[in-house]
Amino acid sequence: MTHFAAVLLFALFASVVFGITQRETPRKMVRYGIYCFVLFTGAAIALSWGMFWIGR
Amino acid sequence: MGTTPNKIAADQKQSSQALVYLPLIAGWLVPGAGHFLLHKWGRGALLSASILGMFATGLAMQGKLYAGAHDILDILGLAGDLGNGLLYVVSQVLGLGADQVRVTTADYGTRFIVVAGLLNVIAAVDAHNLRTGRKA
Repeated sequence: MTHFAAVLLFALFASVVFGITQRETPRKMVRYGIYCFVLFTGAAIALSWGMFWIGR
Repeated sequence: MGTTPNKIAADQKQSSQALVYLPLIAGWLVPGAGHFLLHKWGRGALLSASILGMFATGLAMQGKLYAGAHDILDILGLAGDLGNGLLYVVSQVLGLGADQVRVTTADYGTRFIVVAGLLNVIAAVDAHNLRTGRKA
């Protein structure tokens, strides 16, 4: 498994739980789940590029 | 004679209070079980699939199951692992999970297992909140 696949799986599982537990209605759960997923993956990609440029 | 209805009401209140914690405990022992008890089938299935998926992925990545606590990080890891409830116990009994981290992905796998436990605790508390009416 690649690191990116691990990131995607982690983000997916965590986002589902966050969405269901932190919001009240199904619509808000889906929106919050997607929001968390985008933040998880976006932060991982941004930090990865940051470390890449620092390491050069 | 007058005390009998009061005694019945007190007994019912006591048993009702004991049952308040049933979804919390069931949800901790088996991922999603707390929501299933409250007839939240869809939420329970999604929570169960996510937590089981994360735990299984961690094991597949040869993640380590914390068995003892030697330093503060081990204590925190063990606390996270214990959040998995029966999954942790069964995995320990079956000897699943690596004893030591030997490959790079195993370090990620160890975190997957710990986070699965933490997510399971969040899900169990959510079931408790549903039971008490704090959440709709």
